[in-house]
Amino acid sequence: MNRRILIDPITRLEGHGKIDIRLDDAGNVASVFFQVPDFKGFEKFCQGRAAEEMPTLTQKICGVCPTAHHIAGVKALDDLFGVTPPKAAQTIRELMHTAFIFEDHLLHFFYLGGPDILVNGAAQDKPCNVFAAVEEVGKAMGDRIIRIRKKVRALNALISGSALYPVCGLPGGVSKPVAQTSRERIVKTTAEALEVAIQVLNFFHEKVEHRQPFKQQHNDPNFSLQTYYMGLVDQKGHVTFYDGKLRVISPAGETFALFPAQAYLQHLKERTAAGTYMKPLYLKKIGWKGYTEGPDSGLYRVGPLARLNVAKGMSTPLAQLEYERLFNAVGEKPAHNTQLYHWARLIEVLYAAERMVALSHCDDLYDSRVRRLPTHSPSEGIGVCEAPRGTLIHHYQTDERAIVQRLNLLVATQNNAGAICLSVEKAARSLIRNGIVTDHLLHQVEMAYRAYDPCLACATH
Amino acid sequence: MHTLADKPKLAFYWCAGCGGCEESIIDLAERLLSLHEKADIVFWPVALDARHRDVEALKDGEIDAVFINGAIRLDAHAKRVKLLRRKARLVLAHGTCAHMGGVIGLANLHSTRQMLECAYRQVPTLSDPNSPLPGDADKMPPEAPLLPDLLPAVLPLEKIIRVDAVIPGCPPPPETMDGVIEDIVHGHLPEKGTVFAHRKALCHECPLRSSKPEKIEITHFKRLFEIHWDPEVCFLSQGLICLGPVTRGGCKARCLQANMPCRGCFGPTEKVDDFGAGAMALIASMMAGKDESELLETVESIPDPAGLFYRYALAASFLGKGVLS
Repeated sequence: MNRRILIDPITRLEGHGKIDIRLDDAGNVASVFFQVPDFKGFEKFCQGRAAEEMPTLTQKICGVCPTAHHIAGVKALDDLFGVTPPKAAQTIRELMHTAFIFEDHLLHFFYLGGPDILVNGAAQDKPCNVFAAVEEVGKAMGDRIIRIRKKVRALNALISGSALYPVCGLPGGVSKPVAQTSRERIVKTTAEALEVAIQVLNFFHEKVEHRQPFKQQHNDPNFSLQTYYMGLVDQKGHVTFYDGKLRVISPAGETFALFPAQAYLQHLKERTAAGTYMKPLYLKKIGWKGYTEGPDSGLYRVGPLARLNVAKGMSTPLAQLEYERLFNAVGEKPAHNTQLYHWARLIEVLYAAERMVALSHCDDLYDSRVRRLPTHSPSEGIGVCEAPRGTLIHHYQTDERAIVQRLNLLVATQNNAGAICLSVEKAARSLIRNGIVTDHLLHQVEMAYRAYDPCLACATH
Repeated sequence: MHTLADKPKLAFYWCAGCGGCEESIIDLAERLLSLHEKADIVFWPVALDARHRDVEALKDGEIDAVFINGAIRLDAHAKRVKLLRRKARLVLAHGTCAHMGGVIGLANLHSTRQMLECAYRQVPTLSDPNSPLPGDADKMPPEAPLLPDLLPAVLPLEKIIRVDAVIPGCPPPPETMDGVIEDIVHGHLPEKGTVFAHRKALCHECPLRSSKPEKIEITHFKRLFEIHWDPEVCFLSQGLICLGPVTRGGCKARCLQANMPCRGCFGPTEKVDDFGAGAMALIASMMAGKDESELLETVESIPDPAGLFYRYALAASFLGKGVLS
């Protein structure tokens, strides 16, 4: 080994990471190490805390996806106390969660990983970031995306206290009803969100789908991984963010498992390794076979592309058309190319917008009965939701006073952690040859993880 | 007050943070685009592709202002912020974790070994006493870069470097960020020691303020899941713990607006040195038991005092510098 390339820090993602690439004497890649130098220890320091504080405490794992932690946490509290929230509370929670996924996916498309496919096609030397993305999409479109994120985040602040950190979740419901007087504003905002979502998809089809680098990469086997996939599906097998069963499919698309989150310990296992604070998850029944792909490897993936892969379709009409368009274009299901996460994410933006519109017209949303008090003595609760980056599970065990004794947090990016390491290694091995290393090539290596929209703060909670 | 060069250089960096403080900048929305025109953002890993070596290559004092969020958890954080201190004329502690350690400061209730053992060996999805720990030297793969170690305790930024001003909040409101950044870009640098929040307690901006009685007496503290409370009446007067009286205002009472009590993320008012001690003194002053046994019952009705009173401020407390268990 005679040469080392360190990408430090990796950028345009949430959290800390570095990539260490070692070359052999011929200048080809000998090894790649994806390291996450970050650790918080929530699973320890949340022990001894009051259970009702968990949705607001555990969400501090991630300020980018706090709403997902808040929702998984409050659903775990419902389970812990054996209490079913009134319809209004379920509707409020689903709206805030769906609105959050809408704006968070746009955050990725515009500020984080999206600029990789929005900007980099024309000029290799151009900076690749939100400012360049605005130039690329045009000021009018850029302003629209920025403003709709702001409006949708304001909507969530109205419902939940703050878009930055919601506080409304309580066992058995939420702390505050949505006022009838807010109805007009909510309906208007969700309608506008749908308009923007349609525009963004159109823009993607016209300007991104058939252009470099997206076109080349989403057909490149070096950006593809044959893995299992996992995601929540509703009773009809459609994509759902808020509640459902977890479906796992094999790389060939067959159902491998279908289970409620309460059974997660039978299906999922974590692995630790020296050299990084990230703990990859893998399928327990297959086992850990290293950073390898295929049906014999326990690696699986979650997040937008995985959700589309495991589902039979989308429950809203426009998103369903886009879902069909993606799989027709790709010609395979499950779709395995990692760069297709970008496309799948935008289809979910559209689904989220359609769902927000439906929820905003739902009378339950404005009902004042938003909380039931628990009557059961607490002992154990498990909550699940789909975070923007994939499946999120919170598991709390308490004493009879509802003081947390033990907790387990399976966070979205942990599910993808093994695949992310493998994707980066595969990209590096294919791109760096004969000692030729340029900033442009390293940028492409980084595109291999950015498509996942990883949250490394979550992965090392 | 001193001034800046024509087009100021700014940097935003995170240590043990959550990304929420980054969102407080991204939430500037269209004003972020105009900031890009008015200032050079030389380092901001969440949004721009610069590396540590680019910061190292800057001249000392070349950055006009750096906003640092997150607590100091790893030795690498201490190293990075020392470098940024050297490169920047002005350092702002951005958000609760940089200010007081934040929720991850609760880790100081345990040893680092206990923290690692729990996360990497004891959680139900592992349950393996022989799992490797991240820093195990004898299991370290040769291709891995050096892994930063945990410091013995979580620390606020000012324990490592000199901090010129503080922007409290978990995270700070985007309007506050907008104001601070605008001022700096226009050359109006804050006085040393500025705290960008109100001098007075949160109660002064609380929508329930008028319902707060002069004297509050509590014999049994209630938990949030136990009762339906009146959303128009002061939480404390209903026996629910709210830390508004000892917390700095400046958040527009965002949790109160959602019908939830304050947990103190803006930190102590100027009158209080140690947030948790101040919070305990406040709550103790409301306890109304007739004798020792009644008072003991009142005390025991508070679940988890450490986590409640020191939720955001343990790492900044004289109690929270080391290991308690």
